[in-house]
Amino acid sequence: MNKITNHQLYRLIAAHFLEIIREPSVLFWGIVFPILMAWGLGIAFTQKGELTQRVAIIRTEPDIKLSAFLKDHTSHNGNLFKTQLKNKKLGNINLIFEEVSWPKAFTMLKKGDVNLILEEHLNNVEYHFDPTNADAKLLYQQISNTLKYGAEYYTNNEAEIKPLTVTGTRYIDFLIPGLLAMGIMMSCTWGISYTLIDRRSKKLLRRMVATPMKKSNFLFALMTARFTMNIVEGGLLYLFAWLYFGIHIQGSIPALIAVFIAGNIAFSGMSILISSHTANPEIGNGLINAIVTPMMVVSGVFFSYHNFPEWSQPVIQYLPLTMLADSMRSIFNEGAGFTSVVMDTLVLSGIGAVSFIAGLKIFKWY
Amino acid sequence: MEKPISSSAEYLVDVRDVHKSFKDVKAVKGIDLKIAHGEFVAVLGPNGAGKTTMVEMIEGIQHPDKGEIHIDGKQWKHHQHELHQIIGLSLQETRFMEKLTAYETMQLFASFYKLNSHRVDEVIELIGLEEKKKAYVNNLSGGQRQRLALGIALLNKPRLLLLDEPTTGLDPNARREIWNILLRLKKELNTSLILTTHYMEEAEYLCDRIIIMDQGQILSQGTLEEILSMNGGCRSLDELFINLTGRHLYE
Ligand SMILES: Nc1ncnc2c1ncn2[C@@H]1O[C@H](COP(=O)(O)OP(=O)(O)OP(=O)(O)O)[C@@H](O)[C@H]1O
Ligand SMILES: [Mg+2]
Repeated sequence: MNKITNHQLYRLIAAHFLEIIREPSVLFWGIVFPILMAWGLGIAFTQKGELTQRVAIIRTEPDIKLSAFLKDHTSHNGNLFKTQLKNKKLGNINLIFEEVSWPKAFTMLKKGDVNLILEEHLNNVEYHFDPTNADAKLLYQQISNTLKYGAEYYTNNEAEIKPLTVTGTRYIDFLIPGLLAMGIMMSCTWGISYTLIDRRSKKLLRRMVATPMKKSNFLFALMTARFTMNIVEGGLLYLFAWLYFGIHIQGSIPALIAVFIAGNIAFSGMSILISSHTANPEIGNGLINAIVTPMMVVSGVFFSYHNFPEWSQPVIQYLPLTMLADSMRSIFNEGAGFTSVVMDTLVLSGIGAVSFIAGLKIFKWY
Repeated sequence: MEKPISSSAEYLVDVRDVHKSFKDVKAVKGIDLKIAHGEFVAVLGPNGAGKTTMVEMIEGIQHPDKGEIHIDGKQWKHHQHELHQIIGLSLQETRFMEKLTAYETMQLFASFYKLNSHRVDEVIELIGLEEKKKAYVNNLSGGQRQRLALGIALLNKPRLLLLDEPTTGLDPNARREIWNILLRLKKELNTSLILTTHYMEEAEYLCDRIIIMDQGQILSQGTLEEILSMNGGCRSLDELFINLTGRHLYE
């Protein structure tokens, strides 16, 4: 009778945990998918393989310089002119100039086949591209420099480039803490909110509270099962990143644990609030997306949020996902300790506690 | 019938002038109902009559806009914990956790009543689900799920059992099995039962009293013979219903 396994809290945690691990899709999205994403992005942004760039050219009035360049430095094949800019450190670039008409050039632009169009005039070349597109801008500079200074321009500065491969400064080092933070957010919001809304819609919540079950035990168990799962998910992602990319935690491990727990508190609490009222899984779906998607975009999981306008920075910096990702990153890469993350830890826990209490106040059990 | 000493009130359930509306729908419009210890009562009525709403108010799941409900002399507002201990129920539709086995589901609910696996084994046997106890809930047939729901309702040996259409969709044999389980409880534990149903033979076979509900009100109640003779000697409940409302009980 007084065995621990007969205690309702134990049974609730066990039930929720079994439900998670018996769902194969949960294992895929929670464990396999983040690792695949880390692997894919890590590879894409760290390998310096050859890059191929296509450029459309319109040759109605051939320009002397460009004509000379195409004649001397490219291999000509039909309407294609190919050349290679060489640089061991930056990686080689295969340039392909494709001679086309204006309408064709625009079609290629719209399809994303090219993002730069060269138009020749008798004595100069005009570059048509979207100046806010960083790729196009870079390509423009590479080609205009090549035409001005020759293909050697790209090779000549090899000596002055010192690639950073120190742990903590690579893209993958930036990415992994962000993915860990995002994993906690996704796992809590979908795991907790969706489960609650689903149970409400299936009338299971009302069946359960029509017993002497303590409501607090029920919610605590749901959050505990999720937390346990998050440890497993985060641990496996880190293990992968450590083995494959040689990632290291440079800062304090206890501080990382504190931040990890605070992140779980924040997003578990928010999940209770999100799911406090609706019994309609579609509405739940929309609510979760409305909260999760903007944070995924602006909180600097995949790239720095400093690219967003100045005025938005204060807002972005206080989003829960930003605080979590930033603190984890500073511990991973900057060697941060307790003192530098204590503020974020407290704020995150506070957000969680306040949302939890507010959610509980308006929680619909029936 | 002899009253158990533990019960303080004369009636186990005492519903007094209860009303309940949802926005513009008046689901229950002034119901009075007394149920004795060990009495079995069937509630019959067409869809939307207010049966579920009334039963859920007795279960403490919904709250009346007006009127009072006393169970064993206690009210939900003040004695939630005690009332949960003596009530067992199954809702009209509940989907239990799909990836738990029948046995794990029972264990979970048993833990809410501080009961151990011994009681779970007992109930599994009682409802004849031994063969399926290791099956995930989402692999159970409709009838097996209903038996699981009934088993959960019986875990705590409730003094008051409320079953909302427990046999809908069951085959005749399965239905008869459930009737026998319930009759045994009545004999052994003096359980009181409120059961909603659309099957007249179920009400007749199982229950001491039949209550006919329509549009949130009780139209007539008593034993089958009583209600039939009370209303000018109708031959069936359907005929009675036509006399009372001008409509068929089930179209
Ligand atoms: N949560 C709710 N919100 C709005 N209306 C409701 C709600 N619950 C019940 N109703 C309405 O109250 C009335 C009574 O419903 P109730 O479920 O009690 O009927 P019932 O007798 O159990 O019917 P059935 O035989 O179909 O189970 C119906 O008109 C129903 O539409
Ligand atoms: Mg009903």
